[in-house]
Amino acid sequence: MTTTQMKPLAPQPEVDTSPLKRLRRDRALLQAACIVISLFMLVPIYLISLAALSTRESLNDFPLSLLPTNLSFETLGAFLGSTGILGAFGNSLIVGIGTLLISALIGIPAGYALARFAFPAKEPYQLFLLFTRALPIVVLSVPLARLFLTVDLYDTTYAVILLHTALALPTTILISASVFLSVPIDVEEAARVFGCTPAGAFLKVVMPMALPGLAAASIFTFVMSWNEVLGASILTLDHRTLPAQVLTSLADSPLAYRFAGGFALVIPSIIFIAFMRRYLTNMWGSTIR
Amino acid sequence: MTVDSPPAPVQLDTPARPRRIPPAVLLIAPSIVFMALLLGWPVIQGVLQAFRGDEGFTLDYITRMVEDPYFWPAVRNTLLLIAVMIPLQFVFAITMALLLRSNPRLNKVHFFVWAIPLALSDLAAGLVWLSIFNDRGYLNSVLTSLGLDSIPWLAYDNPATLFLCVLVAEVWRSTSLVLVIVVSGLQGIPKDYDEAAQVFGATFWQRLRHVTLPLLKPSLQVALILRTILAFQTFAVAQALTGQNFPLVVGETYRWYTALQNPNVAAALALVILVASMLISVFYLRALRDKGQEGTR
Amino acid sequence: MKNTPPQLLQRSVSRRSALLGGIGAALSGPFLASCAGFDTSGASATKGTVGFLSTQFTPVEEKQRYEDVLKKTLNVPVAYNSVDPGVFTSTVQTQSQAGSVRTALLGGLHGDLAPLADSLEDVDQLLNDLSASGYNREILELTKVGGSTSKYVPWMQATYVVAVNKKALQWLPNGVDVNDLTYEDFLKWAQAAKKGAGRPVFGLPAGPKGLHHRFYQGFLLPSFTGGQITTFRNEDAVTAWEYMRDLWDASAPASTNFDAMQEPLARGEVLVAWDHVARLIDAPADNPDEWLMVPSPRGPKGRGYMLIVAGVALPKNGLERDRAEQAIRGLAKPKTQIETLRSNAFFPVVQTELPTDLAGAIALEAAAVKLQQESADARLALPPVGLGAKEGEVSQIFKNCFQEICLNGSAVQSTLDDQAKQLNTILKDLDVPCWAPDPVSPGQKCEVA
Repeated sequence: MTTTQMKPLAPQPEVDTSPLKRLRRDRALLQAACIVISLFMLVPIYLISLAALSTRESLNDFPLSLLPTNLSFETLGAFLGSTGILGAFGNSLIVGIGTLLISALIGIPAGYALARFAFPAKEPYQLFLLFTRALPIVVLSVPLARLFLTVDLYDTTYAVILLHTALALPTTILISASVFLSVPIDVEEAARVFGCTPAGAFLKVVMPMALPGLAAASIFTFVMSWNEVLGASILTLDHRTLPAQVLTSLADSPLAYRFAGGFALVIPSIIFIAFMRRYLTNMWGSTIR
Repeated sequence: MTVDSPPAPVQLDTPARPRRIPPAVLLIAPSIVFMALLLGWPVIQGVLQAFRGDEGFTLDYITRMVEDPYFWPAVRNTLLLIAVMIPLQFVFAITMALLLRSNPRLNKVHFFVWAIPLALSDLAAGLVWLSIFNDRGYLNSVLTSLGLDSIPWLAYDNPATLFLCVLVAEVWRSTSLVLVIVVSGLQGIPKDYDEAAQVFGATFWQRLRHVTLPLLKPSLQVALILRTILAFQTFAVAQALTGQNFPLVVGETYRWYTALQNPNVAAALALVILVASMLISVFYLRALRDKGQEGTR
Repeated sequence: MKNTPPQLLQRSVSRRSALLGGIGAALSGPFLASCAGFDTSGASATKGTVGFLSTQFTPVEEKQRYEDVLKKTLNVPVAYNSVDPGVFTSTVQTQSQAGSVRTALLGGLHGDLAPLADSLEDVDQLLNDLSASGYNREILELTKVGGSTSKYVPWMQATYVVAVNKKALQWLPNGVDVNDLTYEDFLKWAQAAKKGAGRPVFGLPAGPKGLHHRFYQGFLLPSFTGGQITTFRNEDAVTAWEYMRDLWDASAPASTNFDAMQEPLARGEVLVAWDHVARLIDAPADNPDEWLMVPSPRGPKGRGYMLIVAGVALPKNGLERDRAEQAIRGLAKPKTQIETLRSNAFFPVVQTELPTDLAGAIALEAAAVKLQQESADARLALPPVGLGAKEGEVSQIFKNCFQEICLNGSAVQSTLDDQAKQLNTILKDLDVPCWAPDPVSPGQKCEVA
């Protein structure tokens, strides 16, 4: 960080370089801190990749090797070759994207209302949203499955999309509300002055500025849906999503398969995050406002 | 040196044609209808299970829950974990977000790396940390190759390391959620405010305390609420690392529902989580209420 | 913001929205086309496929192997779908409550099927047709799940044995036959091994998904007390639990994290362990010469051992009834039964000669199972019979005893008294007779004396 302390001017034309040195030292510390945190975040990811690509035998050694000395695609291959993996992958994509679209469609307007309008039931409404998220859904297994059996949506991806949307909506609404709160209202008014309709002002001016937060909300939604096991496995039978198809089986599998499965599942969500990250930080340091 | 809280919500009414249904209602109605249709009946069914016995209303299941030897340890562990973990995560997440904002080299790469744990399901995260902490895991491998003794991190008679392991794993797994919300919130705060404060000679801490944090309040409030509610819901990491030695209330809910096949006691436990989550949410909503809401701009 | 010309802003926005729109259009194609989702079990691939929902063989590898067995031995197409027991129960229950059953065949352990008896068809006729298969009398009694009609057809069976890494034999007390251990020998061995190896090398599957409660229910207590429930808190039971406490002192403390012992065994973390045969099978898979499988120890009241039975059942109003029955007949054939043993280490329930060319690990297990069942003082214990949904809670009582006595160091007698009270509360509501090894007297309620 820079310092703004003013030193009394020295009589000689000699320049005081200490603030500059301090600045350099601070920058170096900052870089170091970032690298340390990145290492902390990466090491477990590295280890799971290492374990997923090791031979079964080498996982039984002690001490374990921290270097990729025994690479093998055996377990990963067996995992990817099991029945229904491709179909399950497709189902997961359908469910993830479907959940993303519906929860954005329902959630973003609600978030906007929460941020922009003063209405009396604001707090009860927020609590209502949280209420549905605060109850562990395992106790809803039987009634939920019955509901979908009754309306004949059981064992379809639609059922899972609907459930995941319900689980994601609180996050979407609350995060987008917090984002809209930080978009200054004058921008919107300015757009209206220039002749935009309320909807136009929202779409053309507010949305782009709120994009980082909306990207954050969509990351949560997609990742939640991608990793959700319980709901997906009680609502489907022959049309499973990827985690419902494999995560339960992983719990009982030999260690090597568990690592392979965990590794294979994480790749798509990492790609998704890499993609959305650009929207999330697209305003760093910009002085657009 | 306080900057007013972010743009306060102001009634944006359409002066042209007064409507009978206020726009706010139109905007939130779909979400209410959706949630009520989908979850209303199951939630009522689920909650009622806690009190419905053979002869109508009963408190047997509540008694049963409280008498279970795992119940009070589970309550204690859950509260302890949340009380230690959440403040820690917020300190980390805010620090990380500020580090990123100060524009270090490779900041995009760093941010991506820091967000990766989000992508991991809690089952997978538990697996990773188990491979690190178990008796013959990576951590003890490193200790051994350094010539040190290995430590039984996850032994049942070692509650301190048990707690530490769960804490480290959970902080690793879920800090990125807070980070992403805080980063997206920081995006909305113009750097000019901070720079202006700097020009006036405010120190880093003063700027953080009086400029950045107040402007971040809406994001922090949401992050706090969501993180706390989700913290009450996750147990896969703790279960993978400690088995039954570090029970959590939500883990007990699953155990009663699946292993013990007693949905009634499970529903009672779920109610405990529900009530605790709601009380904390109300507290956050009130404590961090946006003062600007009443004021005008 | 106010300095930005509005046109510029709008242009950039419209470019972005065009991009997003494009992506949306590209994604909605496959999205709409696939409608209800892709098939992941093979059930809808061909009409007339038997949807087989099961709690067994959930691990990827086992499931693949079993699918091959089914394909090879049955003459009807079967879509095998394995789920964990919690999902199994709620799936079957909801479908039957909603009157919309989507499965043809259900498979599970006795304990998985018993709570669902109301949703299962009677299979007495089928069992009658299959009577030539030579099912064991005790197993046939189990299929009635406490009622008067059979609710499932025996599918396969398993038991528990002790796996021994030959390295541990160096600490075996002198003059002790490893194939005929007493509990006393077993403890002395564990203590000597702990001393010799410098760390405890005996293990127990006491993890959250481990089956250690079966050790107390079917092995320790029957061997010490001759019973399971009636003798739950008598003097012999106190001796048994005091023994257990000593054994735990000589066992690896990491056991509270072990679900299936084959992993710590294969890692060499543990050298001797008791567990379910299917949860030991991978340990000697690569080097069977370095391993032994031996019968569980015997105690003062005999060699208590528990039989685990899995069954296949027909859901009421299930799909593809004829083909499902055909599949059950196929499953009962000796060939299918032997193939199942070869691939997944579950033993036949029908009368058949075991082949001599079994793979190393399975041959080891088969020998130990035979020794255990045929030993002179064998005392058969069954998993709880007729408890329905309460079985999990009864098993939990035994786990609680372990938790209190071995982990928390509570006094044995008072712990047993407390847990006996809880056990009796559960049993009082159920009103069922006892099961082996307790004296079975129909009409008399099972309870702790």
